[in-house]
Order: sequence, then structure tokens, then C-alpha cells
Amino acid sequence: MTPSEIIEVLREHDAEAVVSAVADGPYPHVVLKAEEIVTAAGFLKSEPRLRFDLLRCISAIDWPAKNSIELAYDLISTSLAHAFAIKVVLDRANPQVESVGGIWPAAQWHEREAFDLMGVTFLYHPDLRRILMPEDWTGHPLRKDYQDVVEYKGLKFNP
Amino acid sequence: MKEIELQSQPDLLHDGEVPSDVRTEELVLNMGPQHPSTHGVLRVILQTDGELVLKATPYIGYLHRSAEKIAEKVTYRQFTPYTDRLDYLAAMNNNLGFALAVEKLGGIEVPPRADYLRVIFAELNRIASHLMATGSYGLDMGAFTPLIYCFREREWIMDLFEAACGARLTYSYITIGGVREDLPEGWIQKCREFLDYFEPKIAEYNNLLSYNHIFINRTGNVGICPAELAVAYGLTGPCLRGSGLAWDLRKATPYCRYNEFEFDISVGRGQNGTLGDCWDRYFVRILEMVQSVRIVRQALDKLTDGPVQAKVPRIVKLPAGEVYYEVENPRGQLGFHLVSDGGTSPYRLKIRGPSFCNLSVLPVLAPNCLLADISALLGSIDIVMGEVDR
Amino acid sequence: MALIEGVFEPGLIVTSLDWVLNWSRKRSIFPMTFGIACCAIEMIATGASRFDIDRFGSGAFRATPRQADLMIVAGTVTFKMAERLRRLWEQMAEPRFVIAMGACAISGGPYHLHAYHVVKGVDQVVPVDVYIPGCPPRPEALLEGLMRLQDKISTRTIAKQKQ
Repeated sequence: MTPSEIIEVLREHDAEAVVSAVADGPYPHVVLKAEEIVTAAGFLKSEPRLRFDLLRCISAIDWPAKNSIELAYDLISTSLAHAFAIKVVLDRANPQVESVGGIWPAAQWHEREAFDLMGVTFLYHPDLRRILMPEDWTGHPLRKDYQDVVEYKGLKFNP
Repeated sequence: MKEIELQSQPDLLHDGEVPSDVRTEELVLNMGPQHPSTHGVLRVILQTDGELVLKATPYIGYLHRSAEKIAEKVTYRQFTPYTDRLDYLAAMNNNLGFALAVEKLGGIEVPPRADYLRVIFAELNRIASHLMATGSYGLDMGAFTPLIYCFREREWIMDLFEAACGARLTYSYITIGGVREDLPEGWIQKCREFLDYFEPKIAEYNNLLSYNHIFINRTGNVGICPAELAVAYGLTGPCLRGSGLAWDLRKATPYCRYNEFEFDISVGRGQNGTLGDCWDRYFVRILEMVQSVRIVRQALDKLTDGPVQAKVPRIVKLPAGEVYYEVENPRGQLGFHLVSDGGTSPYRLKIRGPSFCNLSVLPVLAPNCLLADISALLGSIDIVMGEVDR
Repeated sequence: MALIEGVFEPGLIVTSLDWVLNWSRKRSIFPMTFGIACCAIEMIATGASRFDIDRFGSGAFRATPRQADLMIVAGTVTFKMAERLRRLWEQMAEPRFVIAMGACAISGGPYHLHAYHVVKGVDQVVPVDVYIPGCPPRPEALLEGLMRLQDKISTRTIAKQKQ
């Protein structure tokens, strides 16, 4: 299915959840309301015309200028061979969204990484803790306003 | 001669009938960041009941080199060497993925000779990567000889790469707009010699390792991953194809002229155990080496004349926008989510490492394995910590 | 001098205790398998058949630090890994040596400028004897580093040093 057809199917299912959609260009995607992400994810996986069973990646993008953090979920269907992406926009001061780990278990580690490096909280995640940085690290390194530490456990950052 | 009757030992593992006066405890073992068979700096905490593993929790991040933050600070061309160091065993494929992502966003058209050269080098690197995976898997199982044999072939391939671009491991050869330079004289002849030399070696590896009874006993019926579980956990590459699902990005969403080549998708068939076990995942890599040789031969025949680089300015500036591009790496699908705000460096580059997703299935497959099976499991998933931690 | 020269039969080796100890130590340095990143692959290639580190007596890679003489830090050291590296180094028995292999182990390498999690050189964590530049260094470079370490070992003495 082409991206515009996929957007049509999504709008048919729940037109209110779709905030905006981009069908052309290098990155066709829809922007959904953050509260609707789990129901939309369930629909995307189970709907026979779509069948997005492989969650490829969850990317967190920091936009301090727009005061928001975007999450992009990249999906592909191994049976129908079409790819698509959905996005949610979160408030930068308190980014939280529900975890889609119940629908795509692959999301669990991606969400832990987004929490670790960007500070997004995923509600109902079974094990939300830092995955790449040490457990006692402070700060979220991939944010645009992150300041490097001076010292960590006796090791100087800039000797 | 008196016949001696052997008393059979009680099978404590399977009977579960431990005498009530024996006190048992669970052990918590640390398979630390430094370990010969964790393929890098991976830490796994194992909770075991004797030899039986009850729970395995991987801890990663010991090689987190902040490649994504660096991408925001350096220019596009300056980032290519960092992509080499993600999955350092398949550096050409990483370069290719990044170059294709940048070219898609920038609308850059690559000349045909560069495309065929890219395919040749990517497939040769796939062979080198699978040789390393096969050799080190044998080493994990205690077989030292396959490692030496596989490295002998790897040295051939590294010689070819060194002649073409000067480096043995981290090449930065496939750059934005094409490849860095054309082939030296006599390279194609040497490459054909290598392919003729290498094809019968695969039968040697099969005799030495693949159909070896000890190897089959250690890897068959271990770590069985059904196809639905594999897709649910985001597994890609030989891990997914070993479970029986014929999904390969080179056929599903072809890039770089892969649709012009004839090759088969190697799938596991469960011939030495159950479908989706460690042996299947390992054997898919052997079959993929055969297919890669086919592709390289076809690419050498199709090689046209012409420039090897498109006219791309020295400082690459991309229009504002974003793209997500995936390529089929030897370990799975490597993805680059590139967000550009019109400047000379990416605004945000998220790298989807295939080994990161493949490793997330370890806590699901490990319970009810024996302790020695954990090495078999890790070796068959075939991770490289450079792309798990980035 | 003419009195004692040429007195003993051929084949008798006359040497000093220092020389014999240093000779036996440097010709059988057992490295520890401590490959962290890309340089580890070149370290494995050095152990394979073309470059063959075993002809230098160093082919027995020990997995445990307690049986190893040499720690080849091959790869980037991160803040998370630094603590474990120090602990492994402390578990090695003396005389112990450290080779910093590759640009990342020497000074942070390509990651020294913008990375937030990389230790800028392993000599902040453990004392280093030989630095091998390269990214990654060729196996021949690692072998030359090993030979420089052997030269360094031959300067050791068991006598007390004058302070």
C-alpha cells in the first residue's frame, strides 16, 4: 500500500487521533495524539490491510525551539512489505507517553534508551531504567542543553 | 569375565526429584564485561539452579561512545569514519547505509559504476563478517581450528580491501555520492581468483564444523526462537531468517541496484534440530556466504565504466527534513534516522543497530538453558558491541 | 682477563641472573583477552596464522587476569568500563604490563572531542608501558609494540634501585 492509502485507512479508523499527515517526500508519516498511541499501535498491528508487525526503531528528537520532544516509531510489515512511521509530540518539560511494549515487545529496549538518553518517561513500562549510561549518571546526554560532567568517580572528563 | 552392571545416575535435571534433605540455593553468576565468549564488552547476570539457567539479564553500555551526539557536532562527510566503528566487522555496509540515507534526503544520484562497486564491497564485507562469526562461534564451542581457517580467508579479503582503499578494518570507502576512488589495476583479476579459491572452502567449513556431531549436539535444539517471537522482538538478519521467515531487505525493498542480481534468500529449515535453533541461525550465515559469492561474480560482470563519484560539494548541506533508511547488514537491518535542519551537520541522527534489537531476545530465550548453552546462544545471535552500544 | 677467557668448554652459557630472568619473562608474555572494540579484531588477527603472535611466545591468551602478564587494552575505554578495567588490572600478578593499543586507548582517539562517555586515554586508569598508535593499528604494529615491551623488560633488574 502507498503511504497515502495507509493514511486513509488510519483516518477511517480514528480521524481524531491523527493530528497531521505527510504522504510525500522522503519520510511519509502521521503525527498522532500522544494519548492515542497504544490504540493506534494495536490497530496498525492487527488490521489485515496494514499488518505492521516489525517495530524497527523508536527515535527521540529534541526540539528546544519548539519546546517539544518528538518520538518517531518506524514500522515495517514483513508480510506486506510496506513501511510507515508514526510520530507523537510531547511536552519538553514533562515528556511522558504510554509504552507500546505490550504490542511490540521490541519497544522495551528502545524505550529504555529513549528514557536514558532523552529523559522521556514511558508509563507502564515493566523495567524503565538506564540502559547505556551507568546507573548513577545524572542528566540526559542527547538533550541539546546537556552539560558534560567535570568528573565521574575520580576520572576527569578533560585531563 | 564377570559382567559389571553399571548403576545409572539419577537424572536430577529432568526428574526434578531432589531428596528433601538436600539444601539447594540459586546462584547468581556474573558473566562480566571481560569474558572470552561474550563477543565484546557485554555483561550478563545469570541466576542459575545448578547448571540450569533460570534468568539471564544483559547489561550493556560498556562501549557507549556517543556516536549520535558526535553526529550533531561534525559534518556529514566527517561522520563517515564513525559509521565504520559501529559494526566494525561490516564497516563497508555501515558506510553504505549512511551514504544512502544522506543521498536520499539530499536527492543525490549515484553513477552506475559506483553502485556496482558498492555492491561488490558490501558483499565481500558480508563474507568477511560471516567468516568472523563462524570462526568465533567455533571458538566459543571449543573448536580452535575453524577460527584459524576463517581468518586465513579473511586475510585474503582484507588484502583486497587494502589494495582498494588502504585500510584493513575501518575503510570509509563508500562515501556520500559514490565510492572514494576507483579500483587499482589488476584488482578485478585478484578478486575473481579469490572467489574461485573461496568457494570450495565452504565445503571445508561444513565438514569441519557444521556437520560435526559435537557441534550439532551443542547447538541443535538450543535457544529455539519461533518466527513470531523473532518478529515481535524486532530481530532481523540471520536471526530472523534462521527462524524460517524469508525476509531480506535486499529483496523486499531493494537499494543500490540489488534488484538486478539473482540470488536466493537463505532460510533455516530445522534440519539438525528444531526450526529456529542456534544451528539454523549459524547455518544461514554459511548459506549467505555462498549467495554473496554469487552476487559478487554477477557484479564483476556487470561493472560498467564511468565516474565513481557524483558531483557533491565538499561541504555537504542537506535540505531540512528527515529520512529513515535501512540496509541489510550481515547482522540484521541497520537503520539511520536522519533529521536535518538545513545545516552542515545532522540535527539528530538515530542509529538503529541490529545487534541492539537482536540482543533484546536473550532474556526470553535463556531460561531453561544449561549454563554452557548461554555461549551457544550468544554466539548464534552474533552481536558486535560497537552497534549495540554505539 | 686472559686467565679466565677460553677456559670453559663450548656450549656453556655464562650470564647474569638479571639477564636470565628478563629473557624468560620477555619471551613468554601471556596476554589477557581484553578486547573492547575494533582493535580487538586486529588483536585476534595477530593471533591468527598470518601474523602469529605465538612465535613471540605470547600466543597463550589467558582469559583470567590472575594468570596473565600483559593487558592489551584494545579499544575505547568508557566511564562505565573504567572501573572494571582498574579492577582487572589489580587482579593481575606482578610483574604486569599494559599496552595501550590504538588511538582510543592512547588518548580517546576519534572520540576525544565530542563524546560524553569516553575516558581520554587509558593511562588515566592504569599505568601504561607501551603505546601503539593506529586506528586500528596493523597487526605488524602490535607485534612491534610487543617487541618494544620486550626491550623494556630487558632493562629490568631485581636489585634495589637507588632512589
